[in-house]
This record gives sequence, structure tokens and C-alpha cells, in this order.
Amino acid sequence: MPKRKLLLTFPNNLIDQPITYHLVKDYDLELNILRARITPKEEGRLIVELNGKKEKLNLGEEYLKGLGVRVEPLALDIAFYEDRCTQCTACSGVCRSGAISVDRKEMKIIFEKDKCIACELCVTVCPFRAVEITF
Amino acid sequence: MAKTIQEINEKIKKGEAVVLTAEEIIDFVAEEGVKKAAQKVDVVTTGTFGPMCSSGAYFNVGHTRPRIKLGGGKVHLNDVPAYAGLAAADFYLGATALPEEDPRNSVFPGRFEYGGAHVIEDLVAGKDVRLAVQAYGTDCYPRKKLETWISLKEMNETVLFNPRNAYQNYNVAVNLSDKVIYTYMGMLMPKLGNANYSSAGQLSPLLNDPEYRTIGVGTRIFLGGGVGYVVWNGTQHNPTVLRGDNHVPHRPAGTLAVLGDLKGMGAHWLRGASLIGYGCTLAVGIGVPIPILDEEVLRATSVKDSEIVAPIVDYSQAYPQLESDILGEVTYAQLRNGTIELRGKKIPTGGFSSYFKAREIALLLKSWIKEGKFILTEAVVTLPDSKSGVSFKPFKERPLQ
Repeated sequence: MPKRKLLLTFPNNLIDQPITYHLVKDYDLELNILRARITPKEEGRLIVELNGKKEKLNLGEEYLKGLGVRVEPLALDIAFYEDRCTQCTACSGVCRSGAISVDRKEMKIIFEKDKCIACELCVTVCPFRAVEITF
Repeated sequence: MAKTIQEINEKIKKGEAVVLTAEEIIDFVAEEGVKKAAQKVDVVTTGTFGPMCSSGAYFNVGHTRPRIKLGGGKVHLNDVPAYAGLAAADFYLGATALPEEDPRNSVFPGRFEYGGAHVIEDLVAGKDVRLAVQAYGTDCYPRKKLETWISLKEMNETVLFNPRNAYQNYNVAVNLSDKVIYTYMGMLMPKLGNANYSSAGQLSPLLNDPEYRTIGVGTRIFLGGGVGYVVWNGTQHNPTVLRGDNHVPHRPAGTLAVLGDLKGMGAHWLRGASLIGYGCTLAVGIGVPIPILDEEVLRATSVKDSEIVAPIVDYSQAYPQLESDILGEVTYAQLRNGTIELRGKKIPTGGFSSYFKAREIALLLKSWIKEGKFILTEAVVTLPDSKSGVSFKPFKERPLQ
């Protein structure tokens, strides 16, 4: 079954609604919440991994958009600035999602954004501010 | 047949020198053997790029009208304090200096976003920085205050002078405790969650000349993208540590004090770094050419990662408490492969020294030499070696009565 990693932004009027419940119940989607942040009276942000049949995934996304939830692929919010990176590989020892690996022949960082769960450990450890994650 | 540096330089000037990097020489020696390789190869180039805290630069900014005496006053560059205990127009800026306003670790772990190292990077990148001076005023230097923009090209001497760089081997840092710790070897996850190392291994300058036969005071080097010199042994130079049969130290050992004109350097090779919970530091690129004088010098340059051993040290207890316990030893081949094993656990490794950039430096220095742009120098004083008796003394406190 296909997986989709999404960044959902809930407008203020939807913060108190049980929306993820409907994704499970009505669209039969397996839902894994990776990160969540709610700013009362402003907005809610959620990084989720959705797992389900393709048509159900599409319908689920349509449902969210219909309510006014902004749906974006997560990869958009992760920036890897290769010009700032010195290829020291400090990040590779802390990345647990498999998004950061090292080409051992070249000794160069490989950053696969689609595997990133936005835990930000690499942001914390990078001495050169080569990764930015906006959440 | 032994060669002299003079003979090698003649070949460099004619564009005939055979130059290989410390990585390329490994396969070359495996194919040709030591004897033939020593005849054929003239120079082996090394490289390293990593955070080196004992770095900084001294500057002379010329004299304002009316004159102001920086010496004994206060000097800041982009709010970062410089050391002004020198003459009227000189000061030294250290890589780890922080603005007074920086919260440091009072909000733990501190971010250390901008310090002396970043000022040096900005200056080398050609940027303007704010120079602020407070002085006490004298009859000959009456001015008391100065605030101005300044850039590298407007200054007189701009000299990178690093008292301790290019460590010959280093610890592998791990954390045995049950909480995250923030160290100069990076963020270390609890219960052996990760292991960080910091050496270019088989490319690293002093690991390719383990007894300092060719690298000494006066050796011309690649420094920060420009040309520099070894000016002394580095601080904490400790040549008498445990060594293997190949003379390569198993512990942090020799170090270099290096110097060079910042004006010829590039920000690609001198980078300000922020280590969370620890502080600021400067990542420095250094490349040292090794003249192949004889078979012994050549053999040492053919050392490979699988033959270089580093100690694993617990940074939650042994390191901060200055205990000498070592948890184990691993080779740089294992470290660079991404996983080491300790106490039955597979531990992911992360580097602090960039092997990628070390290789770039060794290749760049090789091209400079091949093009005849970089001539080798002879060391005027050798560095203390493993038989010198020189060792690094621990601090001995003598409490005041």
C-alpha cells in the first residue's frame, strides 16, 4: 500500500475538530502522527504518514482540503543547503529515519527527503547550519 | 636511492615531479612495492578539514587620525571581543570568542550561533565587519572611541595563527550515561547511541609522517585555501604516547602550530562552526606535502585506514573527570564504514573531520605542486618525536593557603 508523508496545517476554526478520526474511520487510512504542534487561537500543524489504498488516500486528502486544511508534501519544508555542508557526516550518526546516509566511496552525504520524519536531530547537530526544517 | 628536497624542487620547477595523494599512494605501493615507489614518487600530499578550536588571527588595522590606542582597551568585531593586550593597532581574535550578550549555556544547550570563527570566515569571504574600540586615551593616542566598518583588504597584516591544529589521531567519543550529552565531539546519544570521530585517517598529515621526519618548523603547507607554514609544534604536542609497529600513534599525539596570510585564503576552507551546548570553533583546511626522501618516508605515507587505530572514550564520565579509561580501540576503516561494535552493540558513527574535503585538499595541493606553483621547503627545526621524552603534563593544582 502506498505511503504519503504530509504536512497538514489546520486553520484556527478546525483546531478542536476530531479530523484525523475521520481519516481512519471513513477513509480506512492508517495514520502515524510524527509531529504535532498547536498554537491556540492561531493554527495547528501536523506531520503525518498516511498509509492506505491510493483512491482512499486521494479521497482523504480531498476531504481535508474541503474542510480548509492545507495539505503539503513534507519534503517541501526540509531544506538541505549543500553549499553550507562540509560533508563532515556528523548528522549521519544521529539520523534514525534513514533519510541521511553516506556514500562511503565519495564520503558524501546523501539526503533523501522522502524518508525524513522531521525530527530535527540533524538540524541540532550540524555545526554549519546546512539543514533547515520549517515546522 | 635517497633524494633531497632540493632535487625534488628542481623536478617541481621543471614540471616533472611525480605527485600522489596519501590515498593514491596506497594502491601505488601495493602494485609497485616500496622500493620502486620510493624511486618513482617525489611528493605525497595529505589533507585534513575539521573543527580546530585553537585557532585565531592577529590583525594590524593601521592608525586613525587622531590616533587611538587599542592596546589595553576593548576591541570588538561584530560584537565578538578580541584580545587587545598588544601594541596600539594590533589585536588577536580567537575562534572560540563569543559576544558578551551571547546567553552561552544559560539556556541549555546553547546554540553559539556567532563567534570569533564566524568573524574570521566573514572577513575571508570579503565581508565588512563592525570594528568597535574603547580606549583610555593618552597624550600620544588621545582618541577614546572608534566605531567603523572594516574589511580584510583595508587592514595591514591579517595573519591566521593557530597554536594547535592537525591533531595526529584523536579520540572516538561515546556516551555511556542514560542522558544526552553535548560535547565538542557533538551530541552524544545515551547508552552508546552514537560514536563520533575526528580525523582524516589515512589522509591526515601527521599520520603520514608519524615520527615528524619531514614535517617541522618552516614546512610550507596548504592553509585555509592559501599558503601557510608550520611555525612550531602545536600545544599539547604529545609524541611519547602508545604507538604501533608502524610508529603510528594509537592515541592523540602530535600537533602543529601553523601560520599564514588570511588574504590568500578562502571561506570554503575556513568555516565558522557552532557546536550545540559547547561553543564556536573554526573548521580549518590543512594540507601538508611530504617529500619522499627515502623508502622509510614512503612506507609511512602508504599507511591505510585499517592500520590506524583510535581509542574509544566515554565523554559522560572518563573525559570530563580526566580518567584515563579507554573502552576499546577501533580502526578508521571501521569508523568510516559507518558502524562500530562495542560491548556487543552496533553503534552508528558520525564524523567531525570531513574526509571529502580532506581529499579535495590533498588533490588541490597535488595540482599546485604539479603545476610548479608550490615549492617545498626544508624544516629548519624538527618537532619532538617519540624518543624526545616530551610528554603532555596534566594540570597540577597548588591550592592557595
